[in-house]
Formats: sequence, C-alpha cells, structure tokens
Amino acid sequence: MRERERIPSGCAVAGILSQSGQPVGGETIIQAMRVMHERSNGLGGGFAGYGIYPDFAALYAFHVLCDCKGSIDEVEAMLRKNFVVEHQETVPIWEHSPLRDHPEFMRYFLRPRESENEEELVVQTVMEINARIEGAYVISSGKNLGVFKGVGYPEDIGEFFRLDEYQGYCWIAHGRFPTNSVGWWGGAHPFNLLHFSVVHNGELSSYGINRRYLENFGYFCTLQTDTEVIAYLLDLLLRRHRVPPEALGTIFASPFWSQIETMSEPERSLYRAIRVTYGGALLNGPFSIIVGFEGGMLGLVDRIKLRPMVAAWNGDMFYLASEESAIREIAPELDRVCALRAGEVVMGRLKEGVLHGQEFAASRV
Amino acid sequence: MKKIRIHEEYCIGCHLCEITCVVKHSPSGKIIKTFREEKENRPLPRVRVEEEGYVSFALQCRHCDDAPCVENCLTGAMYRDEKTGMVLCDEDRCMGCWMCVMSCPFGVAERSKDRTRVGSKCDGCVGKGEVPPCVENCPNEALTYE
Amino acid sequence: MAKSLLLPEFKIERDSARCIACQVCARQCANAVHTYDETDDSLWSEEAQCVGCQRCVTLCPTGALEVRRRERGFRENANWEESFLYRLYKQAETGGIVLTGMGCDRPYPIYWDHLLLNASQVTNPSIDPLREPIEIRTFLGRKEAWLDVDWEHRSLKTVLAPQLELSLPVLFSAMSYGSISYNAFRSLAEAAREVGTLCNSGEGGLHPDFYALGGNIIVQVASGRFGVTPEYLQVARAIEIKIGQGAKPGIGGHLPGEKVTPEISRTRRIPVGSDAISPAPHHDIYSIEDLERLIFAIKETTNYQKPVSVKIAAVHNVAAIASGAVRAGADIIAIDGIRGGTGAAPQVIRDNVGIPAEIALAQVDERLRQEGIRHRASIVIAGGIRSSSDVIKAVALGADAVYIGTAALLALGCHLCQKCYTGRCNWGIATQDPILTKRLNPQIGKRRLVNLMRAWALEMKEILGGMGINAIESLRGNREQLRAVGLRREEAQLLGVKLAGEGW
Repeated sequence: MRERERIPSGCAVAGILSQSGQPVGGETIIQAMRVMHERSNGLGGGFAGYGIYPDFAALYAFHVLCDCKGSIDEVEAMLRKNFVVEHQETVPIWEHSPLRDHPEFMRYFLRPRESENEEELVVQTVMEINARIEGAYVISSGKNLGVFKGVGYPEDIGEFFRLDEYQGYCWIAHGRFPTNSVGWWGGAHPFNLLHFSVVHNGELSSYGINRRYLENFGYFCTLQTDTEVIAYLLDLLLRRHRVPPEALGTIFASPFWSQIETMSEPERSLYRAIRVTYGGALLNGPFSIIVGFEGGMLGLVDRIKLRPMVAAWNGDMFYLASEESAIREIAPELDRVCALRAGEVVMGRLKEGVLHGQEFAASRV
Repeated sequence: MKKIRIHEEYCIGCHLCEITCVVKHSPSGKIIKTFREEKENRPLPRVRVEEEGYVSFALQCRHCDDAPCVENCLTGAMYRDEKTGMVLCDEDRCMGCWMCVMSCPFGVAERSKDRTRVGSKCDGCVGKGEVPPCVENCPNEALTYE
Repeated sequence: MAKSLLLPEFKIERDSARCIACQVCARQCANAVHTYDETDDSLWSEEAQCVGCQRCVTLCPTGALEVRRRERGFRENANWEESFLYRLYKQAETGGIVLTGMGCDRPYPIYWDHLLLNASQVTNPSIDPLREPIEIRTFLGRKEAWLDVDWEHRSLKTVLAPQLELSLPVLFSAMSYGSISYNAFRSLAEAAREVGTLCNSGEGGLHPDFYALGGNIIVQVASGRFGVTPEYLQVARAIEIKIGQGAKPGIGGHLPGEKVTPEISRTRRIPVGSDAISPAPHHDIYSIEDLERLIFAIKETTNYQKPVSVKIAAVHNVAAIASGAVRAGADIIAIDGIRGGTGAAPQVIRDNVGIPAEIALAQVDERLRQEGIRHRASIVIAGGIRSSSDVIKAVALGADAVYIGTAALLALGCHLCQKCYTGRCNWGIATQDPILTKRLNPQIGKRRLVNLMRAWALEMKEILGGMGINAIESLRGNREQLRAVGLRREEAQLLGVKLAGEGW
C-alpha cells in the first residue's frame, strides 16, 4: 500500500447502464473505479454485472463464497433440496493476483423444483444458507447476473475475478473504506438478493431498526454490515410490496413532514401513509446508493444529501458515480451531467423491446 | 392605563402581597430589617387579603374613574395624578378627617397607625419597576397587571 | 390513648434570625404543622404532622425554613431498615393496610440509568438541529404491513386505521378527575392541546367542561365503568381499556366518599359522597376473548374511528399478555412498569408487585416482532419516565411513545411527598378541598407543562442529531443506539442491547 498523508474518508460507487442493451465489458467499470482509488482503503471492492450469463439467462445464478472446505457440501445439499443444479463451477480467478487469503468462490445455475413462487424459494434458501451454514454465504442469487467482491482495491478485485472477460448491459461497482465492520470478503459490496443489487457509500444510523424491521418479514442479517439491509429492503419493497423503483426514494429517503404538508391531495395522504407505515424502512444517516435491478439502475442519496452522487447521460448510456471524474474517464463527452438532490431517485431503464442481454456476445460460461 | 386585576379563584391566601407591599414602602426596603428593626415606622400594607372560608382575594385601591375619596376629600390631599390617571394621596395635606375612609366603596383606605392621617393607600408603585411588587410576588398569579 | 411510637419523619428548622412571623407557613400548611402564637408573635412547628412537601419552605419569603429528613437514630440494621420499622409500628397501631401514593421508591435497578446512547463521529456526520430538520412526530395506532398504492396516479388505495398524531412521543398518563383536582386536569388537557399531544381521563369519567378538549383526550374504560357513556366515548380522541396499573397490578381502586363532590359525582355518575370503588378485575373480562369482545364493542360504538388502547401492568408474563391483547384487536398497548405512579395504593403492593418498565418494554417489543405483529399495535410505555433521555432510551428499546404521570405532576408543583391518598395535597393537585385546589392556577400549570414538553422536545432533537438520525422512526426499536453499563450479560440480553465497548 502506498504511504498516505491523509486518511481519506468515504467509499466510491459507480454504475453503468446501456439503455439500449449494448454489451459493456467489465474492464470499463474497473477503469472508472481506478480513478476513485483514493476513496477506498483496500479493504473492500466489488462489482455486480447484469446480463453476464446469457447462456443461462433463465436460471438462478448463485454465487457462493466459502471460507472453509467442509461447508460446501452442506451448501450443495441444501441447494439440491429445492433446485436442480443445471451447471456448477468454480468462479475463475487470476492465479497470479497479489490478493492473498481469499475464500473459494463457486457458482451454481439453478432451476427451482417447484415453479410456484420460485422467488420466495430463492430468498428462503439464501437466508437459510447464510444463517445456518458456517463460513458459506450466497452473495448473489439473481438470473443472468453475478456479484464479484472481496478484500482489496476495486481494480485489484476486478482483475482477480477477470472481469474483462465478461460483458453485461449494466455494471455497478464499489470501493470500500470500511468503518462499521471488519474488512472481510463477504462484507464487501455489492449486496444482492434475487435481481436486486446495491452498492452504498455511507453509514446507516437506522441499521438497528432496519434489521429488526426486516426480521418481521423473515429476512435475517448475517453479513455484519449495514448495507445488507438495503438489499433485503429492496426485495421486500420492490418485489413483495410491488413498489415501483422510481418511488423508492419516498420510502428510503422520505420527504420531511414540512414538505408533505405543502403537498396537495392525493399525494399528501400517500406520503403520510408511507411515513406512517414504512418508518422501519426509512434509511437514516448519510448514504448514496446505486441499485441495480433487472432492466435498470437507479441512484439515490439521503434526505439531507450527506454523500455525493453524480448522474450523466450520453446517448443511450446512463452513468452514476461518486465523482464526475470517474464518468469522464470512460466517457469524456457527455450529453448531460447533474448532481443528485437529496432524496431524489435518478433512474435509467432498458428501452422497451430490449431483451436483457440475450443477444450479447457470450461470456466465459 | 394598566391596572392590577384580581383573580379571586386563584388567590391562595398567603398574604405575600401584603408583606411585599410593606417592604416596598418601608424605609429600608429590606424584608428582615423591615419586620424586625423598623417596627415603629413600618408602613401598613396598602393591599389587604380578604378571606372567608375558601374565598380569598387581595384587594387594593381600584383607582375608580369617579373616585368618591377624591370628591369628598376636604383638603385636596386625595387627587388624581394627571399623568398616570391614578388616585394618589398627598400625605402632607392630609389632616386625618377620614372622609375617604368613610366614602371608599371598597374599604381600602385605612388610617395610619398613629391615626393622624391616611396610612394605607395604594400608590400603584409608580416608578418602582415595570410591574407592581405585589403582582410580581404573587405565587399563583392571582394578581395580574394588565 | 397509648403513646404512638411513630417518630416524626421530618425535622423543621426555623431560623429565628430570619423569621418575620408573617405566618405564610401557617396559612399554607394543610397539615396544620405551623401555628402562630399571638402572645409572643412567634411560630411553632409540630413536626409529627409534616409530610415533607416543602410548600412552606418554597413560600417562606425570608428563607427562614428548612425541612429535612429526620435522622431517627435507630440502631443501624441492614435487615431492619427504618422504613420497615416505621410501617410495622404504624400497622401495630392501626391494624390496617398501609397506604401510600406515587410510584415505588424501593432501590430496584433503574435500567434507564444503565443504558448509554450513541453519537456519530467522523464516519457519519452528526446533524445540527438548529440547521437541519429533526423530526419527532409520532403516530399511534395500528399500522398496515404494506400499502396498496396506485402509483401511476400517486393515490393510496389502502385505508389506514385511525392514527393518533403527536408532535412528540410523550403523552400525559391516566389521572382521573377525583384523584387529581379539576385545575390539575385542566392544566393537563390544555397543555396537551397546545403541545399537540394527548392526556388521559383516567377512570373517573370526563367533566362536561372538557368535552371541547376531547380531541386531545384519551378516555378510559376501567373496571368501575365510571362516567362511561356513548357521548364520553365519542368526544374522545381514543379509548383506553384499563386492565392494570403499574403501581398496583391486580388491585382495584377506591376513591373515598369525601372526595366525591357534586362536580365529581356529575362526572363519575355516582351519588355525592359515595365511595367510588373500581373492582380488581373487570367483571366482564375473565379471559382474553372477553377482552376482544369489549374492544370490538367499543369500536362498534365509535364506528371504528378511534384507536383502542389496552393498558396493562408490567407483570412477569407481560410479553404473552401483550401479544394476546394485540391479537384481540388492541391498536395500542400501554405498559405500566413497577415504578408507575398512583393516587393511592397499598404500599406492600406498590413496592413488591410487577417488573420494571424497561425490561417489560424490551420483551414485549421483541415478542411482537418475533410473531410478526409488531405493526399491528403501538407500544406506549409508562412507569418512571423522568427526562428526555429516558424517552429516547424507551423509543430506542422499542416504544412508540411514553406516558408521563409523575413527571407531569412534578411540572405542576408536586414535590413527591407520597401523600396523595390523604386528600390534603398542599400543592392543589391531589385534592378536592376548595382551599387547596385553588392553589393550582391552570394557566400556570399549562404553561409549565408546555415548557417541559418544549424543553424535552429540544433535548430529544439534540440527542437524535448527535446520533445522525433526523426522524424518530429510525430510532424506534433501534437498540444498536444503546449500550449497557453495569449490567450482567443476561440482563443486557433481556433488554436486547450490547454491552458498552462492543461495536456494531
């Protein structure tokens, strides 16, 4: 590690979405993250790629982190109970990476044995493995996507997982400066459940209640870090409660009462009801997050904007990052750049008719 | 003109208004000295607490608009102060005829201890602070100044 | 008559150099402690009757009086504490149950004082309440698990259950007109209106004068059913079924006939001078399903427009009882801990029955979450809340709001002499004697309560801002913001908090 004259604070986040579904290579997002090197401290970095497994697009791709050999059999037994394993392999890594003491990474492509309510089955299986099997964690579980993360600078993690060999329509990434929890491979971002992934710059003062609120709905936090709750809240709100992604800000970073009082009906009643009902899902404390989901990507900052986030557009490309420099690095010419306002959701979606990554060039798999 | 108003329902009958009034008009103006050392020349309270059963209230000169005491005063000792509108007593002119005591409908004019002149006549404590001390020291706001 | 062995509890010291024999003390003592002797212009104090309420000390204009706890000089004995001797002598003389007032004063652990709060440093900016909004608005009532929304038109399809909206998470506890004076009740009700919170009628009905303030009053339906009429239920903002009280779990109430004045008779709908006796149980609630019937009878009567609260005392099995009450349809669960106050209770009950509010709260909140029904009822905790930090700690443990009774009375002038049951409250609070009740000017009482609530609200916002939290819902049940000091691991676990020194 280089010698530092000051201790930089904060994390780096970045995201790329091709709204026309064009493939973007993993090296692009690594390049953006490299610019923000100083925002991390080498204790965590990670990426989520969407549309990277076109050959298995209909199957649930489970990325499993395993830090001791014994437990992998238990994981597989649990997977086989509910799923047919269509394909499994070790996640390929760069053998000469300087990163040491890394756990094993496996990936499984799964077909649920029951087709009814299969997403619920996935969630339960993930919760069960993470809570019950020591040393094994499902770090991503959506279709046609994968999370790659670990302890190291994000650019090193990207190289470690050979991300230049993957192509996706959307990437989100994170460089970590951990404050809340020890730097361990499972604690790096992104956090994922089903097709929801999140990277987070910030610290949730509301973690204690967000975690207990989620327990009410059967989600159990095991990864010792606050961002985990955001991933589960995304699943709860976007999937189970059918909140549209663009409305996420109304819950995660609700408007103040003083703002609600100036609204007219029916909005005022709606916002009031949201705050009354979803108080446990309010994210408090400083944050800027990028959320990846099937067919889109969004950025959101906290109620009083205590963390940075910039959005930019160029043609069909939509970018989000902690710093504009990261976006300029990969797209020097931009149509539009703006800083996110407090509580504002900025979102990009795949254009209609774009099949999620199906027509991409094949990845390694 | 601001007046001292009486709220009978909150008067607790503690008589602290009387004590404060005496102290304020005493030569020393100090409470312990007034009561322990100035027994001879201690003034009478110009406010009196009237009590019967649970009914009590602190009464002082109402500074009537058509004040009978002013009208009936033989020497002109009782007069209305043009500036404040208050009914005051010029003790140097008082000869102790007690016309005021007889004509006051509220019974708030009293004789002095030596019975030579008027000894108890509320002067509204003009110039002694923003709020009269009896009002300021009422523990239950049974006297207000409005 | 045999000589009483009860020694005075207080020693009155009169500084003769300061006393001016103004007799304020003699006029203010309802217990006739001070008497004026005209013959030598002096005052004499009979200490045996002194209750230590400090009224005379407060009003003495020269500071000549001091009332102190008397050193009674019993031989030191760790087993036979002075209070046991006192009570025993009293019973030997009277043959009766020893009564007392206010909350339990035994030195059981006060868990609030073993919980410490968090603040932000570096990684998470603290928020300055002078510059940024910090929200402590609170809603009580049943919440939905999720909302059905027409997002396209931004309109809500779910109909929310009725909510009580409070400007801060503090309500005034149940204190009936009867146990407290008209002026004390008026102070509470008017302060509640000005502050934007609620007070509670207690089980004594609601005087028609207060119907206009009904929007800020929770009315109680208790075992005596005093003053319960359809109108009473309809004018109120919410209705509370009182099952138990922290100061006397399992015990009923008794308002002696002397206190049943014509106005109280009118309010309670009982004859003047008759004792108002609340039975220990509701005689129509012998089981949880009976409670459900009463809850829904009330909801039917009020057209499902008002939340129904169920108040229970914190007893050993409180979590299961609370869960049952929620399943029976309660929209709010009020839990009153062992330190909860009372106007009158047998001392043996007050000091020995029940459990601390903090533990009960932690257990109820956890139990309701485990059962996935936490959203179906709000939790209001009562019993010994003394400061804004107690409120914050209660909210962090899982309470939606707190009830304050004793704290509110203190704001009105109460000095905690614990003699409420005598009806001779020198501060005009727990009395119906017209000489005494006029000592509490409701304008002053209201102002002091409003000040107290304002001060607590400001302090709560400071604390929240320090934590980096700008809405109270992010603190509610957020036990990560609490750490235990001086507690055993088991106790900390019951409270669901980590020990000080443990990180996230």
